[in-house]
Amino acid sequence: MGSSSSSRNKIPNAQELMRQTGFSSAHLLRLHDRFESLDRDNRGYLSPDDFEALGGLAMNPIGGRIIEAFFSSGIPWTFPPLSGFWLISVQLTETETKKEHSKSSPAAGPGSSNLYDLDRDGKISREELLQVLRAMLGLQVTEEQLQSIAERAIQEADLDKDDAISFDEFKKSLEKMDIDTKMSVSFLK
Amino acid sequence: MATLWRFTLFLCMLLMACEGLSLASGHGGAPITTLPIVTWKWDHISVQYLVALWVLVCWLCKLLIEANHNVTNYIPESALLICSGFILGGMIWGADKVQTFSLSPTVFFYFLLPQIILDSGYHMPNKLFFTNLGAILIHAVIGTCWNAASLGLSLWGCHMGGAMGDLDIGLLQYLLFGSLMAAVDPVAVLAVFDQVHVNEVLFIIVFGESLLNDGVTVVLFNVFDAFVSLGGGRINAAEIIKGIVSFFVVAFGGSLVGIAFGILISLLTRCTKNIQIIEPGFIFVMGYLSYLTAEMLSLSAILSTTFCGVLCQKYVRANMDESSVQTVKYAMKVFANGSETIIFVFLGISAIDKVIWVWNTGFILLTVFFVFVYRFIGVFFLQWILNRYRLVPVELIDMVIMSYGGLRGAVAYGLAVLLDEKKIKEKNLMICTTLIVVYFTVILQGITMKPLVMWLKVKRAAVTEVSLLEKITNKMFNHTLVAIEDISGQIGDNYFRGKWRHFEEKWMTPFLMKPSARKKQDDVFDVFHQLNLKDAMEYVTEGERRGSLEFVRNDSAILDFKKKLESEYTEVMPDIPPYMINDHVSDMIGFLCSRDHIPSVSLEMHEQTMKAMRGAEAVDVHHLLDQHLYKSRKQYRHGFSRSDFKINRDEKEVQEIFQRTMRNRLESFKSAKMGVSPPKTIVKYSKKEQQEKTPNGKSVSKTKLCHSGDEDFEFSEGDSASGYDSSYPSFSMRATYRPGGGIENPAFVPDLYPTDLLQEIPPWLAESEPDSSMVAPSLRAQANLPNSPMEMRRLGLLRASTRSTDTKQMNNDQLPPPPTSPPPPPPPSGQM
Repeated sequence: MGSSSSSRNKIPNAQELMRQTGFSSAHLLRLHDRFESLDRDNRGYLSPDDFEALGGLAMNPIGGRIIEAFFSSGIPWTFPPLSGFWLISVQLTETETKKEHSKSSPAAGPGSSNLYDLDRDGKISREELLQVLRAMLGLQVTEEQLQSIAERAIQEADLDKDDAISFDEFKKSLEKMDIDTKMSVSFLK
Repeated sequence: MATLWRFTLFLCMLLMACEGLSLASGHGGAPITTLPIVTWKWDHISVQYLVALWVLVCWLCKLLIEANHNVTNYIPESALLICSGFILGGMIWGADKVQTFSLSPTVFFYFLLPQIILDSGYHMPNKLFFTNLGAILIHAVIGTCWNAASLGLSLWGCHMGGAMGDLDIGLLQYLLFGSLMAAVDPVAVLAVFDQVHVNEVLFIIVFGESLLNDGVTVVLFNVFDAFVSLGGGRINAAEIIKGIVSFFVVAFGGSLVGIAFGILISLLTRCTKNIQIIEPGFIFVMGYLSYLTAEMLSLSAILSTTFCGVLCQKYVRANMDESSVQTVKYAMKVFANGSETIIFVFLGISAIDKVIWVWNTGFILLTVFFVFVYRFIGVFFLQWILNRYRLVPVELIDMVIMSYGGLRGAVAYGLAVLLDEKKIKEKNLMICTTLIVVYFTVILQGITMKPLVMWLKVKRAAVTEVSLLEKITNKMFNHTLVAIEDISGQIGDNYFRGKWRHFEEKWMTPFLMKPSARKKQDDVFDVFHQLNLKDAMEYVTEGERRGSLEFVRNDSAILDFKKKLESEYTEVMPDIPPYMINDHVSDMIGFLCSRDHIPSVSLEMHEQTMKAMRGAEAVDVHHLLDQHLYKSRKQYRHGFSRSDFKINRDEKEVQEIFQRTMRNRLESFKSAKMGVSPPKTIVKYSKKEQQEKTPNGKSVSKTKLCHSGDEDFEFSEGDSASGYDSSYPSFSMRATYRPGGGIENPAFVPDLYPTDLLQEIPPWLAESEPDSSMVAPSLRAQANLPNSPMEMRRLGLLRASTRSTDTKQMNNDQLPPPPTSPPPPPPPSGQM
């Protein structure tokens, strides 16, 4: 991008951000453009209704949760937070977004269990699991089946028998999963 | 062992004797003079007999080889089979002085190869395959072309340089030879990689390449064959362009034929509900037809069959009855494995033939060398380029194995034999060289593959234990990724995957899948179903291990059980007066453990159900469940492994699950006793059941107690309110009922399946015969396969209580038991 230097000036703390998130300037620029397009009222920060405009997100069964997860921190969504949003989404996806060849060491962050754990008590209770299941599977499966699935999932992972899945149990149950490969988002140039 | 040896020797003698006889016995031309009582009809059946005998002999070789596992750990089975082929070939040659048997291309390409390819396609791990499709295609197309070109040109160069002495081979012939030598062989790859469990990505790239390179091989072979016929002079740009065009036509045409047949199969299985008994056959016939059709149109037959299998696997598995699915799976493995055995043995036999052996040190050694080296170069170069576009690059070590795994096999040999000796004078030399290369790769590289893998510390296949939470989270992650891509406005892999999934769900599935099957299509649900089946299976085996599903006959176990139950009881129900506990407990125990407490009527019923259980249907169901027990593992791990059906015999796990389920039962019993108000959500469910339940007017007491044996087979998996918990409470509930007993059991469940047992049909047949009054499984029932676990799930729906409130009370142990007293049950007879 020819005008990279001038556009980079548009973005406050560009260098800082680049260092923090590890994105290249082209990436950052693209993100900024996206930010601008999302921010319809030009308020300088994003609010939940900006995201509603994204049709795909509306169709996504857990779209609502993701938005909620992002906004849970309470800070207004100006651009730096948007790249911070990226960081959070990175945490949510439990790995770093990959560019070129960078390899990341998978660290199962607390992010994804937050997607389940709405009341933020650090545990995933049966009811919360049920809600997620309902959102993802509700159309195909009856309520009773959902309940048994939730029951069973908890039984599988719940090691201390407190009828809820703590973060550690969650991490343990996922250790077999190759999260690294799964949770990477590639940017097509 | 000794008997086996003797037996094999005898068979070989028989074989040679037959051979001798066939040569010796002329057709009786002279007219008969008297009525022959018995005649020697060898000529009538000589071909068939020999075919059958050869198949038997090959499989016996496999038997012998596998008798000792120590050997197969070091030397791959394929190598040993080739060696047995040498021995057999030697015997035949010793007897006949001429090699009467060898692997002919017709037999190989039309009778032995199709089932192997169909098996590969049907059991292909689709997700993995398509994720890596780019890499696979690049390797298959460009890699094979590179192999062919480089080999042909190098050999020609060496020829020009004089390294090979005096050979009558021109450049085009070298290229032709190169093209037939270039192809990595799927049979060999499967055979060797089967025993070395490398990580999936590595395996799928090599294996996928071996399958897809057929498109290139066919084209190259035909093109160069045509060029050789045309002669060097007539080749101009037009011909070359036609060659390139033909590649695309052959490859895509073959795939399209395969896809068409895949769709046909799926549609067909959609309608075959009434002929479940021969349903499995359709897959084989149509698969074979896809192979032949592509062959007929001179397209790539392997590609066709592969894509046919790849496409239809999902829909066929959903549409067909469970037992049919199992049948297809096993039959395919039998055919594929059997064919592979025969191929390797005959590869060995074909070598023992003096006629074809032409030795040219330079040619042979150089070929072997070049094949090996160029493979490495090709793979490394291509993968290096591909790694730049991959999220998770393939490591160097994996690349070494990928190159090392470029095995040549019977396909190359078959193509070599197909060469026209009039056009290619040195056909025999080429055949020899091909054989030597095949032996080198299969035997030498096969033997050293495992040590190499260990030495290089290649990442092995991860043993994945499927778990619900994993599946759910997996799904969750997928959605998250899509959302992130949405938010960021990027179009990534997941976008396309999401789009494909959407397209598939919207258009393909309704078209190709039965409506009833569509509902059960979810991943998570699938896992859940499998896990339930697994539990059910363990429950059955545990029960059987202890003697019967009544759990015991001997006293010591009763005592233990009693004590255990009592202690757990007092623990969970502290406020119930002791005498009641004892009563309940003893009743339960008595019911569970001793037959004496059971009135004679039910005993009879019980006997019959037990008898029926030992009947064929039960065995079927047993086996059916048994297979499902391991389905999850095989599916995610080595579904494409030919011979590996590892079974987990973890005693402790079974025990633990058993105890866990028993504990669950008790807890539900407890909550039922306390009385639990029914949750609102379940109402609609109960209504559905009531509609489906067949009314029956017989009295309750008789039928109720009859259900003892019946209950044991009722693994209502997952369809009732709290999954497998539902049946247990009813079990224990029933236990406490005594005819005329004074204890009021609020959660009492009267007869659940009056229809079935009264008609004395095992419950799994009842589904097909809901209203008839037959007493024994009729021919129709026998023709109708016993209920599959899927049916049993549906049965589970039927099985829940007639009285919605009571069942739900006891089923829902998730709600805290309110201290209200539930209403007393109406008299049972009135229910009917």
